[in-house]
Amino acid sequence: MEHTDSLGDFESTLKKHAHELVQSLEKGRFGDAVQLIHELNQTRDRGLYQEVGKLTRELHSAIVNFQIDPSMPQAEEVSQITDATERLSYVVRLTENAANRTMDLVEQSTPLMSGLTNDAAALSADWGRFMRREVGAEEFRELARRVEGFLTRSETETRQVSANLNDILLAQDYQDLTGQVIKRVTQLVTEVESNLLKLVLMASQVDRFAGIEHDHQSIRTEKDQEKHLSQGEGPQIHADKREDVVSGQDDVDDLLSSLGF
Amino acid sequence: MKILIVDDFSTMRRIIKNLLRDLGFTNTAEADDGTTALPMLQSGSFDFLVTDWNMPGMSGIDLLRQVRADDRLKHLPVLMVTAEAKRDQIIEAAQAGVNGYVVKPFTAQVLKEKIEKIFERVNS
Repeated sequence: MEHTDSLGDFESTLKKHAHELVQSLEKGRFGDAVQLIHELNQTRDRGLYQEVGKLTRELHSAIVNFQIDPSMPQAEEVSQITDATERLSYVVRLTENAANRTMDLVEQSTPLMSGLTNDAAALSADWGRFMRREVGAEEFRELARRVEGFLTRSETETRQVSANLNDILLAQDYQDLTGQVIKRVTQLVTEVESNLLKLVLMASQVDRFAGIEHDHQSIRTEKDQEKHLSQGEGPQIHADKREDVVSGQDDVDDLLSSLGF
Repeated sequence: MKILIVDDFSTMRRIIKNLLRDLGFTNTAEADDGTTALPMLQSGSFDFLVTDWNMPGMSGIDLLRQVRADDRLKHLPVLMVTAEAKRDQIIEAAQAGVNGYVVKPFTAQVLKEKIEKIFERVNS
């Protein structure tokens, strides 16, 4: 890799010059020593400028790739990130609509079903009395009318419930559409990640030339704070593979009972 | 029995509302986060609180702490219904005084069990 080469050059020049520098100083040739220090500085600067240059170029092409620079002509088109955001909002909208449509249909069907169940139970009780010959002629005529009404009603209402069930089935068509959208966004995220990783690697070269040391401890603390529990993390995707996460309601119940619940 | 349902997703509120209605609890109200829920709790005579954890504005765990810190609300039974599944979080909720904890996705049966268990304990 070319970064390692330029860094290797820098390091070998550094070693060579350092050795010469010590020798010059020991021999009292201060002029030479100053010249060596100057050369050392130049090598370091050259490497640094080169790395910063590369980083800048890479950053620029990343910006062009993602079309996030408003001064670029492509800015008229929506940037891919904005586009991805819109696509995900579309997924949220679509799934919400499907959920509401399904619940509407269920709420519409439930009273029909419980109405039929109640009527059937009542009729069946009266029918039992009829079979036991406990029903008079007048009451029987009334019972026959109710049976006829029930049959007509159950025909139209079960047809309605069947239609609702069919519509519930159709309301699940969002899965296909959202699946496609999510796949495309996932692809973009992967691309962005690999490009960002490249930039980070280049930036780390600059850090080495410039001798910048990061306080990893404080970076980690900052990250931990962001992950504070109270914020919530949302659904756990790999609950079964993680020790610190419960894998279901049974686990929750066990944990709570171990706490005295 | 008046129940407040707090969740930032209207579909989830609707699901819980429907399940509660099936269990015979028809008097429910809804809020979309802790910030809107708290004044409702303070001014309305709610007997039960069902809340999500992760919400914009005030989270469910903060709402729970506010409820327990309020003299008039501190005995209100609180059931947490949430996707948060870290052990530490469940312990945190327990320490904050939650009465029940249901992880999403859940079934009608689980919700029923937990609610009944809470009332059993509250009434005994």
